[in-house]
Amino acid sequence: MKDFFKKIPEQAVRIIVLFAVLALVLLVVRQFILPLELKDPALQKNSAMEREAAKEVKYAGAQSCGQCHEKEPEMKKSGYHRDLSCESCHGAAQKHVDNPTDVKPTSPKKRDYCSYCHNYNSSRPTGFPQINPDTHNPRKPCITCHNPHNPKPPKTPRSCAACHAEIERTKATSYHALIECTVCHSTPEKHKTSPRTVTPTKPDKREFCGKCHAKGSGGKGMPTVDMATHGEKYVCWQCHYPHMLGGI
Amino acid sequence: MDRRDFLKHVCLLISSGAVVGGLSPAAWAKMIHKDYDPAKHYYGMGVDIDKCIGCARCMQACKTENDVPGDPFYFRTWVERYVIKVDKSVTVNTINMGLDESRDVIMEKDVLRSFFVPKLCNQCDHPPCVQVCPVGATFKTDDGVILVDGKRCIGCRYCIQACPYGARYLHPETRVADKCTFCYHRLVRGLLPACVEVCPKQARVFGDMKSIASPLGRFIRMNKLHVLKPSLNTDPKVLYANLDGEVN
Repeated sequence: MKDFFKKIPEQAVRIIVLFAVLALVLLVVRQFILPLELKDPALQKNSAMEREAAKEVKYAGAQSCGQCHEKEPEMKKSGYHRDLSCESCHGAAQKHVDNPTDVKPTSPKKRDYCSYCHNYNSSRPTGFPQINPDTHNPRKPCITCHNPHNPKPPKTPRSCAACHAEIERTKATSYHALIECTVCHSTPEKHKTSPRTVTPTKPDKREFCGKCHAKGSGGKGMPTVDMATHGEKYVCWQCHYPHMLGGI
Repeated sequence: MDRRDFLKHVCLLISSGAVVGGLSPAAWAKMIHKDYDPAKHYYGMGVDIDKCIGCARCMQACKTENDVPGDPFYFRTWVERYVIKVDKSVTVNTINMGLDESRDVIMEKDVLRSFFVPKLCNQCDHPPCVQVCPVGATFKTDDGVILVDGKRCIGCRYCIQACPYGARYLHPETRVADKCTFCYHRLVRGLLPACVEVCPKQARVFGDMKSIASPLGRFIRMNKLHVLKPSLNTDPKVLYANLDGEVN
């Protein structure tokens, strides 16, 4: 054996030593320096999944809201928006769940949020409630007429619209949309069976419109006039058409 | 030392090295999140074209939940609007996130039919992106989700090229491939993906492909289903109901 080692030429010994050192370095790098997940695909997968799973959750999920809020989820249950998750409108709320007092979710009150879903678009499925924003109470926030937690289409009594559909459609886009027909027209029950012989009344006094539009009686944003000087010899509807947008 | 002993020692050294180097990493594998077991799930998604109203809430939620850059060309999920005219010409646009387009009332003429198609990573059972990745950075988890290991990805974009659905993009900040993960960090916590969470019309249904008594199970039973580009044999786990033949 000793003879065998002595017989190896020196050059060969050097090369063998060099390769031995290289092999040792490789072994050290692999054993001690390389991270474990670089050596095993299964472990690499595992650590990538772990990193993915550790990401921050931003949408808390529909179950979280009902744990504190009672009124709105209850109201929503029976309405058209029952399948809508709270966070669809109020935005990502995990931070609010973690810290309910300091972080408040958004609450879209403007007209343009509802339009994401409810503006007319020919690609939307038939029957989905859509409006033309140019004619449907322009500039009025949707929440003045519709409760977003239980939205309902406001409407005049069905019995009027059955025949007076055109008036109903016009009125629906006017400022008087929320006033029912019977507020201004007292309608005898018989009008339904004999519409031409028994007719509903029309407001025949200026004071009727004056109840809302006389100076000092209007609510916020209501147009008012001085009844004594504003077109005194006419009845209001001779100049203004109350069903029309803007009442002109 | 005789020759027999020498060989014995060498064999021992090699095999002990294999034991230390090969087996020890596996012992390190641990649960990715609490007691979540990926092997018990197999996720899929159903999309009902007839229900989608193109409100883009899913796109918005996805960007928020996953920190996807805000620019309108980085998407993990997006919604396409198809307009097929009477002359059979087809126009496809990715809808804006509701900022202008979906709010405008679009009055097009000669529309034969029109609809929205939500799109996302199809989480293929035979994913082309996994096949082409030169460094093994993208892989399929036991629960059927295709993930990207951001630490290992070298940003070569082969997978972006290979994806027949255009579901991947190069993240401008991390410079690695990014894609829909079915919101993996939410799944391990038992939450729904963000897009499913906010969808106001339940056009997206999420669940376990194996489970029968679940919304997805019912979706699969009750609808005529189709997948995108079936001829490629990618075997997607995103299933479409009421999909038009023009969609590709």
